Amino acid sequence: MSKARVATVWLDGCSGCHMSLLDLDEALIDLAPKIELVFGPLVDAQEFPEGVDVTLVEGAVSSHDDLHLAQKVRARSKFVVALGDCAVTGNVPSMRNQIPPKQLLERIYVDGVNVNHRVPSDGVPPLLKQAVPLHEVIRVDLHVPGCPPPAAAIGFVLTELLAGRKPELAGKVKFG
Amino acid sequence: MPDRVSIRIDGELIHAKLGQTILEAASATGKFIPSLCHLKGLKPVGACRLCLVEVAGVGRLLPSCTTPVQDGMAVTTRSERLDHYRRMILELIFAERNHICAVCVSNNHCELQALAKRLGVTHVRFPYSYPKAPVDATHRQFVLDQNRCILCTRCVRVCAEVEGAHVWDVGGRGVGSRLVCELNRNWAESRSCTSCGKCVQSCPTGALAAKGYAAEEMVKRAETISRLVEAKGARA
Repeated sequence: MSKARVATVWLDGCSGCHMSLLDLDEALIDLAPKIELVFGPLVDAQEFPEGVDVTLVEGAVSSHDDLHLAQKVRARSKFVVALGDCAVTGNVPSMRNQIPPKQLLERIYVDGVNVNHRVPSDGVPPLLKQAVPLHEVIRVDLHVPGCPPPAAAIGFVLTELLAGRKPELAGKVKFG
Repeated sequence: MPDRVSIRIDGELIHAKLGQTILEAASATGKFIPSLCHLKGLKPVGACRLCLVEVAGVGRLLPSCTTPVQDGMAVTTRSERLDHYRRMILELIFAERNHICAVCVSNNHCELQALAKRLGVTHVRFPYSYPKAPVDATHRQFVLDQNRCILCTRCVRVCAEVEGAHVWDVGGRGVGSRLVCELNRNWAESRSCTSCGKCVQSCPTGALAAKGYAAEEMVKRAETISRLVEAKGARA
């Protein structure tokens, strides 16, 4: 049996959803032989590859880089999962959405510091006007809410997808 | 005129008291109809529309919390159409304000959240509106966070009907509607608030909370309001 090509992506989130994935502990040993992890913060790949079977996306879409990566993820993945509240609802990253980005950055990097009064621009992507849930920018095949989603829920999702079924989560997972 | 009527709820024959609402008759027989603005003991207002039901022979959906039972009525409390509208209502409630559950005092003890789970909401299909909504933390004991308010008006009613102070009301129009304290003052400046906390206990979300609680720590007891009203009624 060929291995499923799985990617994980970390957009505007705290990495807690990735931690929850790792929290599968020994269940990861059973999953490992069935999966080839082709992209994500847990592996070295620099470029999001073609022909991915399942991509788990953590985090809200908050910057231009997030947006471009999300679009690439959609174009190159068969099945996209919005993993966790930031990807599903915007969650904490969306708390800045009432403040225009310029004003927000100046408050932090100019008014909020004693030295180096300058908004960083080198090596950091420009922010979008608002941090939005993944499905507001690309088509999402499955939403797994939770902050973070419990390891068991992630395990259930992966196991079902590997078995060729679409996991049914409605009524099973807490929302928000 | 007989004081009892026979109705069918989801095909089941039920004897209800005349004057009861469909929601009351249904819950008396242990049937679940989702609702958020309803709180036993307070006057029903039909604000949240989650308790909409189908009544045979009536073309439009009716809120079960304000519709009295009538003899021979046939009510449907669950259908694809109702599920569809109820989920839509919940999603619109989430999209209307900034419900950041992860940082909310009522996370995991929230009626809105619990209902979203129960009705199978896994995401909101409508674009979020991200309104700029104020927080009034001027009161010594309590805080009002408009980001989490769903305008159910339970606080308005409990304060007016049970406490008799009528501190709260709704100001503005449409999506600009906001809970207001008296004639739009800060809570601390209220002249009629008795600091009884009934509004806080009746609030289904984290919009009204006691101070000093961190995320997930605020557990409310809305049922004490219902018991209080029942006890008052027994004394009268």
